[in-house]
Amino acid sequence: MPLTPTPSQTVGPFFGFALPFAGGEASLPAGAEGAVRIEGQLLDGAGQPVPDGLVEVWHADEFARCRTDPEGVFHFRVRKPTAAAGPNGLRQAPHLEVTVFARGLLRQVVTRMYFPDEEPANAADPVLALVEPEARRRTLVARADGGVLRWDVRLQGEDETVFFAI
Amino acid sequence: MAIERTDFEPPYLHPDYRSTVLRAPSRPLVRLPEEWFHRAPGPAFGRIAVAPGDNDLTRQHAGEPLGERIIVTGRVLDDDGRPVTRTLVEIWQANSAGRYVDPGDDHPAPLDPNFTGAGRCLTDDQGQYRFVTVKPGAYPWRNHPNAWRPAHVHFSLFGPELGSRLVTQMYFPGDPLMATDPVLLSIPDPRGRELLVSSFDLETTEPEWALGYRWDIVLRGRNATPMEA
Repeated sequence: MPLTPTPSQTVGPFFGFALPFAGGEASLPAGAEGAVRIEGQLLDGAGQPVPDGLVEVWHADEFARCRTDPEGVFHFRVRKPTAAAGPNGLRQAPHLEVTVFARGLLRQVVTRMYFPDEEPANAADPVLALVEPEARRRTLVARADGGVLRWDVRLQGEDETVFFAI
Repeated sequence: MAIERTDFEPPYLHPDYRSTVLRAPSRPLVRLPEEWFHRAPGPAFGRIAVAPGDNDLTRQHAGEPLGERIIVTGRVLDDDGRPVTRTLVEIWQANSAGRYVDPGDDHPAPLDPNFTGAGRCLTDDQGQYRFVTVKPGAYPWRNHPNAWRPAHVHFSLFGPELGSRLVTQMYFPGDPLMATDPVLLSIPDPRGRELLVSSFDLETTEPEWALGYRWDIVLRGRNATPMEA
């Protein structure tokens, strides 16, 4: 008989002195080959910033963590992943796994960020293909803005980001 | 074999906890075949440095913090009962007066210059973790009139897989505030709530030194197929 997993509880508002760590939002130095800068805003169902959120991104051995600022803004500098092997021989488009915690989230939400310069790979991605209606897939793809990738996370409402069951 | 865990996990929307109302996703979650996602390796947390003394929250300043000294220990297991070894455990909490060091906390209870309230450790080869700290105080919050959070310690764990990442809270046995806490009561099944309550343990208690509490943690693993309502 398998054990019951321990239930989740909210990260609460007061984690900022504990979970962020020095340099946590950058998994490699500025200017490093393959580095991309990601900036986004975490928004609630009223379109208001979520100033007490914690966003984590990871892929393979890369991990970065950023607390949102008073405007709900998070930012990362990570290496853009390459296409990954998926199940049953399917190729996955380059993507980051993203987890968001916040006051008011009794458990984390889990999503993915895909890259705007990977259109053919995104179109063939087996995970994006599961998202219906198709128009919602764009919530998972960042947009290029100068030298920065912009990607907002909307927790609720119109244009709500696609979240995955965990 | 899938576990029905809907009743043991809080929903996203639990209006009694007001902050969920505008933050809970309203669209159905997208379900991925399990091997596409839950089998994915979890994050490498190795960049988060853990020093040997980081698990003793009473030794981070020149003096000792005020409050009831406690030892909190237990095992981290997967849902097959196997120990989760060498995984990162992070904790944070209010001081014994119920005040967080976080600048956002304006509860007019005293800060303790000898207590920050944050600790880390790695589980050992048996999946054991151990922290020395002081018992956190209850504190008021503005969720509803005369709302008080029961004493709790926040826990963050990684585990081996993407699906095993867990942030939760540990409570103390017999705390009367648990009966009216919307955060704990968000878990539909009372048996699920009980999984978050530690046990006082005389074996862990050190004579003339500190009270011991035990709390085991189970991370989702191979068997924990999500079952959303």
